[in-house]
Amino acid sequence: MARVRVQQEDFDPGAEAEALTHGRTDVGALVSFVGHCRDEGGSLAALELEHYPGMVEEEIARAAGEAEARWPLLGATVIHRYGRIAPGERIVFVAVAAAHRGAAFAAAEMLMDYLKTRAPFWKRAIRSDGAVEGWIESKREDDRSAARWSAAD
Amino acid sequence: MKVLYFAWVRERVGRAEEELNPPPTVKTVSDLIALLHDRGEGYARAFDKPGAVRAALDRVHARGDASIAGVKEVAFFPPMTGG
Repeated sequence: MARVRVQQEDFDPGAEAEALTHGRTDVGALVSFVGHCRDEGGSLAALELEHYPGMVEEEIARAAGEAEARWPLLGATVIHRYGRIAPGERIVFVAVAAAHRGAAFAAAEMLMDYLKTRAPFWKRAIRSDGAVEGWIESKREDDRSAARWSAAD
Repeated sequence: MKVLYFAWVRERVGRAEEELNPPPTVKTVSDLIALLHDRGEGYARAFDKPGAVRAALDRVHARGDASIAGVKEVAFFPPMTGG
């Protein structure tokens, strides 16, 4: 059963990854991914992330359940932040433990693709001059990436 | 039923949530979108392009042809941009 957390505060990726393997001897592969808030032109003050409380946790748990049904996983943790996040700060964390690396890499990538396209989060940019930009548009590239996992079934 | 709005759908409609009792002729998500579209200027702007807005029924993603019978919570929002 995956651990899912949706929170405003930062997290410790090292401690979260360690928690998946602590005291275990059956984990042969641990893959973790950390997504950061990135500033493209030096003009971003922060990202503002809105979410749908209740649905977001359920939707991530559904995606994690799909990953567990598909690969022999030994554990998974997903953390996603909301609220105001400055450039350089962490936004999202996905870690997957398995006996072998193939399952761990694939499941982590699937979970990230699902977070981008199915978890109810919406980002908007706040510029350094205080201007609130429009909502960031979804990317076709992310939809294509996520579609790989359903097309293979 | 409770209707929730997020991101630019919320901003255009001008509220985050409301209670709605659609008439029995409103059977699907698409029917509901058509009903909301005609509720005023903000709604019209939010639901101008039906394909641009996504929906969830009782916190599960749903398509336009999904039935809203017995649903307690409907949400409308733009395509998601998490991660």
